[in-house]
Formats: sequence, C-alpha cells, structure tokens
Amino acid sequence: MRATVLVRPKEGILDPQGQAVEDSLRHLGFSVGTARVGRVVDVEFDAPDAKAALAEVERMCEQLLANPLIESYEIEITGR
Amino acid sequence: MSERRPRIAVVVFPGSNDDRDAAWALGALGAEPVLVWHGEERLPDGVGAVVLPGGFSYGDYLRCGAIARFSPVMGAVAAFAAEGGPVLGICNGFQILCEAGLLPGALRPNESLSFVCRDVAVRVEQAGTPFTSRCRCGQTLVIPVKHGEGCWFATAGLLRELERDNRIVLRYAGDNPNGSVAGVAGVLNDRGNVMGLMPHPEHAVDPLLGSGDGAALLASLVDSARDRMPAAV
Repeated sequence: MRATVLVRPKEGILDPQGQAVEDSLRHLGFSVGTARVGRVVDVEFDAPDAKAALAEVERMCEQLLANPLIESYEIEITGR
Repeated sequence: MSERRPRIAVVVFPGSNDDRDAAWALGALGAEPVLVWHGEERLPDGVGAVVLPGGFSYGDYLRCGAIARFSPVMGAVAAFAAEGGPVLGICNGFQILCEAGLLPGALRPNESLSFVCRDVAVRVEQAGTPFTSRCRCGQTLVIPVKHGEGCWFATAGLLRELERDNRIVLRYAGDNPNGSVAGVAGVLNDRGNVMGLMPHPEHAVDPLLGSGDGAALLASLVDSARDRMPAAV
C-alpha cells in the first residue's frame, strides 16, 4: 500500500515559515493572502485492504507523524 | 563529614551535544554524574535524578524530540518519573519530554525563524520545586539560550490550567527570545517532579564564563537527588 500524509500547523498556531513564504511571494508580485507551510510524508507499507490501510496510517499519525496539540493531518491512500 | 555525592544520570542520545557539559556542571556542584546511552533499557542503580541534555537528537528530524522519545531508555525515564524521581529536560531534553507527553505543550520554530544564541534573563516564578529550591520567587537569573525551536506553545485553556496550578516555573524577564506563549521558559508536570526549560543552566555555572546563575537550578536538582539517597548507616 501507499499513502500520502499531509501534516499542517493547526489553525491559530503561529506559523513563522508560512509568514516568511507569504512575504516572499508578495515581494515577487503575487497577490497573496496567507501561506502556511506543512509537511508531506509518503509511506509504503503492508495492509490487506484500503480500510485497514487507513487505520494503520492513522495510528502512524497519532504516534509519530503529527503532534496533535499543534498539527492536523490528512491521509490519502494513493495506491496498492 | 563531607556531603555524599548523589548519582545523576545524563542521557546521551545520538546528536546530544550538551551531555558532557551537563555532567561536568553536575559534578562541579557535588553530584556523581553518569552518562547513560539512549539504547539502555534501565537506568544505573541508585540514580537519584535524570537529566535529558541539549543537542539535536536524531538530527531534529520530523519534529525536535519526536524520534528520541521512542529511544529504549525513555521507558525507564518515564518509570523513574512515575515513581516521583526528578527529571530535568534542558532545551532538546525539554522538547523530548513534551513529545513524550511527560510535559505539557509543544515547542515550535522560533517566531523570528532565527537561531538564537545569547544570554537571557529569566524570572523564577516558583521556588518550591525540586529544580528551584535554591532560588527565590521573583529572582532573575541570567542564563544562555541557544535554539532554533524554543517557542513553547499551549492552548489558552492549557495555559490557564498551568498558571492556576503553579506549573510555570520560569518566564523570560523582558525580552522573549523565541515568541513562547506568555513568555514561558520552563514548565513542570502535574506532579511537580519533571521540568523542562529552554535556557541552558549547565552553561552558566561559573562566573568566569559570563554567569553562574544556572548553578542555582542545577544545585537544587543535586539537593533533590541527595534527598532520595538511602540514609547513611
């Protein structure tokens, strides 16, 4: 199985990286409202089916990939 | 009779770099420091306190402290804390303890996005802890910081709870070097025996090197470790 996990700073959490990116985009002339910077984790792993795969990646997120106090995550199962 | 030297474990993770400074400082303040590799599943016999030192464990990959918290030794550290043993996390050690759920909150990149490396003034908010017994409440200590991710975060509700329960031990006095919530520089767990702080007391134990104020914190820890030694026969 393959999955892509998107980890983002939660809303309301100060994101200085996002602010720096936002400022740089404006300097380049882009009309930018806000930018936030997160992280992408692609994982390959064993699971019998998509449902089990999702549950497995959720456990990965809870235990390691995201810190629930400051980050939210989205999981996409991208292939077998 | 000279005072007995309590054993204090200083955990060494791959990427720790203040372990030997911490051990030196604890030795200078009357303890017998023991370096403990992170792969150990047990702490040495007779340890009266544990220090998780500063550094960049596991290269700060993913999030600072996120991987070190799963090191084999962390089970023993958690068990030691559960028995009431004093545990102090300095800088990366603070990040590891937060990631491990042994301390509240989380540490985020500095508001400035710059690595800060300089002396800061911190105010002692709680003097009745195993880490501040040699300090006075309201006392200002000058101790260096050196970190890129020291911006401690807690939700408004969590901060209120910590303030109500007197668990904010240190706050930056004046200039906040990293943008931490409410100027917090050091916090305690609910039981009061685990503390984390971003400043480095082990780099401030000799006035020759700028400040000796960190000795007040580490000597308090040495006292706490000594209190846990079996009575001499």
